[in-house]
Amino acid sequence: MAGPATRGLLATALPLIGKRIASGMLTLLLVSLVVFFIAQLLPGDAAQEMLGQAATADAVAALREKFGLDRPAPERYVRWLVGMVTGDPGYSLVANMAVSDVIAARLPNSLLLAALSALVSVPVALTIGILSAMHRDARLDRGLNVATLSMVALPEFLVATLAVLVFSVQLRWLPSIALIPPDASPWLILRSLAMPILTLSVIVIAQMARMTRAAIIQQLSQPYVEMALLKGIKPARVVLTHVLPNAIGPIVNAMALSLSYLLGGAIIVETIFNYPGLASLMVNAVTSRDMPLLQACAMIFCTAYLLLVLIADTVAILANPRLRNR
Amino acid sequence: MRLSRRQMLGTGFAAGMMPLLPRMASAQPRRGGHVTAACMSSSTADTLDPAKGALSTDYCRHAMFYNGLTDYDDNAQPRLSLAESLDSSDQMTWRVVLRDDVKFHDGSKLTADDVVFSLLRLQDPASGSKVKPIASQMASVRAVSPRDVEIVLTSPNVDLPSILAQSHFYIIKAGTTNFSTANGTGPFRCQTFQPGVRTLGVRNEDYFRDGRPYLDSLELIGIPDEVARVNALLSGDVQMILAINPRSTRRIRESGTHDLLVTPSGLYTNLIMRRDAVPTSSPDFVLGMKYLFDRELIKRALFRDYATIGNDHPIPPFDPLYRADLPQRTLDLDRARYHFARAGLPSTPLPLYCSPAAEGSVDMASVLQEYGSKVGLKLAVNRMPADGYWSTHWMKHPLGFGNTNPRPTADLMFSLFYKSTAAWNESGWKNERFDRLLLEARAQGDFALRKEIYGEMQEIVAAECGTAIPVFITLIDGFDKRVKGLRPIPLGGFMGYKFPEHVWWEG
Repeated sequence: MAGPATRGLLATALPLIGKRIASGMLTLLLVSLVVFFIAQLLPGDAAQEMLGQAATADAVAALREKFGLDRPAPERYVRWLVGMVTGDPGYSLVANMAVSDVIAARLPNSLLLAALSALVSVPVALTIGILSAMHRDARLDRGLNVATLSMVALPEFLVATLAVLVFSVQLRWLPSIALIPPDASPWLILRSLAMPILTLSVIVIAQMARMTRAAIIQQLSQPYVEMALLKGIKPARVVLTHVLPNAIGPIVNAMALSLSYLLGGAIIVETIFNYPGLASLMVNAVTSRDMPLLQACAMIFCTAYLLLVLIADTVAILANPRLRNR
Repeated sequence: MRLSRRQMLGTGFAAGMMPLLPRMASAQPRRGGHVTAACMSSSTADTLDPAKGALSTDYCRHAMFYNGLTDYDDNAQPRLSLAESLDSSDQMTWRVVLRDDVKFHDGSKLTADDVVFSLLRLQDPASGSKVKPIASQMASVRAVSPRDVEIVLTSPNVDLPSILAQSHFYIIKAGTTNFSTANGTGPFRCQTFQPGVRTLGVRNEDYFRDGRPYLDSLELIGIPDEVARVNALLSGDVQMILAINPRSTRRIRESGTHDLLVTPSGLYTNLIMRRDAVPTSSPDFVLGMKYLFDRELIKRALFRDYATIGNDHPIPPFDPLYRADLPQRTLDLDRARYHFARAGLPSTPLPLYCSPAAEGSVDMASVLQEYGSKVGLKLAVNRMPADGYWSTHWMKHPLGFGNTNPRPTADLMFSLFYKSTAAWNESGWKNERFDRLLLEARAQGDFALRKEIYGEMQEIVAAECGTAIPVFITLIDGFDKRVKGLRPIPLGGFMGYKFPEHVWWEG
C-alpha cells in the first residue's frame, strides 16, 4: 500500500538530491578558489605573521621554504586540491599538526553547541510563530511581536555581556567562560553552555519565529482553511494538520539558514565565552594566514550550509503534495 | 662573581621600587590548591617550543614547564637557576657549570648536551626561532664535561646572564623535535596542552628548588576579550588575569575580593620618523615632532596615569642605568614651530600611520594631529587594522607608530632597535659614535663606567634618533586576593611571566 507512494517520493527526491550534490561540489570548488585567492590578497603570509616583529629576511625565507610558501600560488592551490580530493586536508602551518587533528578537536564542540541551541530554539520558535499567527493582531501576537523584534534588534555581544554580568558576576549562578574540562559531567557541560545557548537562541529564535508567523499567516488566508473551519475543525487542528504542511517550505528554509548560522556565525559567542569552536579557529587561521586550516574550515562551513539547504528543500518538496507531483 | 655584584646594585633599585609593591604577604607560602590564570591570547599558534614563544601566554606556559640557565630576581637582575655557576674573565668565553640535582620530567638527568642542543637550535632559521639575531652572537657552544658547558661569544658581552634568562633560552631535552607535550625541568609537569584552549600543569614533585612549586596544579587559558577577562576574574572562574585596561581598574578594586598587580615597565609605543624619507629625514623635523608631544596629557588621558613619562630614548626612569640629568622634553609649541620652519613643511597633509596593534597609538596620533594644526603641520591620521600591521606597515612609512616590549638589558634594547645595522632599526638612523659606544659598554665590566656610556647613548638617541617615546606603559594585572606571592617584575605582567613557581593559594 505504501509502495507506490514511497516509490513516488524516492523518484522525486533522488534525482533532486543527486543534482544538488553535483552542484554542491561545484560550489565547494568555487568557494575554495575564492577563499584561496582572496587570502592571497591579505598582507603578509604565515611565515611573516608567525615571526611578527621578529621577521628578518633570512628567517622569513627559511620558514617560507619549510612551509612550501616559496612555491607559486596556483601550484599550492592545486596541491591542496589534490590532497583534499584524496582525503588529506594537509598540515596546519601554525599549529604544526595535521589539519584533521586540529579540526577534530574543535568540530565536536561546535556541533554540540549548535545542536543544543537548535534543540532549544526550534521548538520555542515554532511555538511562538504558530501562537502569534493564530492570534493575529490580538494582544498576545502584539506582545510576541515586540519581543521577537527586540530580540532581532539586540546585538548578540550585548546579550552575551549582559548575561555574564547578571548570571555570573552578580548572581554567580553560571560560569562566565564556557571552557569545559575533558572529564566534565553532563551537568557541568550544560551549566557551562547555558549562557552561550541562551545567547545564540535569542538571535535565531526571533528570526525563525518571524518567518513561521509570516508563512502561516499567508496560508491562513487561503480558501481551504476557511473550508476546514466551516466544516467545524478546531483552529489548532487546522493549523497543525492542514496549514503547517503547506507552510513548511519557507519555515524549514528559514530554519536551515538560522541553523547554519549556529555553526559558523557563533564567532562572537565563542569569543565572549571563550568557547573553543570552529568559528574562532577559522578567525585564528585568517589572522595567522594558515591557509590549509582556513581552507578546511571554509569547506566545512560551506558543506554544512549546503547540506542544511538541501535538507530544507527536500523536506519542503516531500511535505508539499503539489511540489512533489510536479 | 659578576652576578653577585649586580645583585648588590639591584638592591638600590629595589628600594626605589618599594612603594609600588603590593602589601607583601608576610605569611609563609602554603602548599596546595589550584589556580587558573587567563592571559590575553590563545590560538592554534600556542606552542610548547620555547624558541617560538611569541606572546605572553607562551612565555607563561614556558615558565611552567622549563627553566633557563639563569633567571630574574625581583629587580629584573639575573641570578643562577639551572647553572650552578656562570663565569667569564673576558666576557667572551663563558663557563657554565650545571646543577647536579636537576631532572627532566621524564626522569633523565640534565646534562651539558641538553644545554648545547637548546642553545644552538636558536640559531637555525628553520626552527622559527624568535631570537636568532641574539643567539647568533654565540660563536660556539660545546660540552666540556657532562656538567660543564663552554659558550664562546663573537664579541664580549657582560649581559650574557641576562640574555640566558629569557624564556626563548629555556633548556629542553636534547633531540626534542615534537612539542605536543613538554619535557622540561620546570616546576610543573605538562598534563594537558591543547593549543588555543588550555594548558594544565601539575606539580613536579622532583623540582630542584625545595618546596616549590606551591600550587598542586596550575591552568593557563587565554581570554582575548578584555571585558570577558575581567568578568571571568570577578565571577571567580579564573584567579588571575593579565593585562587590564586602566578603565577596568576601579571595577576590580571596588570588588573588595580582588586586587591589582601594577608593574611599571619599559614597554613603549613610539613615533617612528624614517631617515630615508622626506620630510622626516630632516633633523629639525624630528625635533619639531618631539616637542609636539603633550606627554602629561598622554599619561593622564590615554593611560589614566598608568604610565611613566619618557624622554625619547628607550631607558625608563626606574632603570638603574637611566640618566637622570638629561633635561626632560616637554610640549613646546614655539620650539616645534621654529624647527618646522627650518625643516620646511609640506603643503599636503602628511600621512601618519597608527594601529591598535601599537597600544595607544591611535589616540596619540589624534593628539599629535590636534597640536600639529596649531603649528601649521597638517597630519592625515591613517588608522590601520591590527591584523598584518607589523609585516606591512611597521617601519615602512615615513611617519608611523611602533611598539616595543621591555627587554631585560639596555644592551639588548639598543642592539635590537637602535644599532645602525639592526634589522629593527626603526628609523633607519646611523650614528657611528652610538655604535662604537654600544660595543664599548658591552665589554665594560664596571657598572659605573657602563652607566656613563649608556648615559651618553641615551642623550644621542634623544637628540638625534628619529624616534619619539612619550611614555612607558605601566602593566596592570588583576588577581583574586587569595593568590599570594605576586610582586611586580618590570619585564612584563605576571611577574615578568615567571609567576608559576612563585605563587601560592590561601583559600
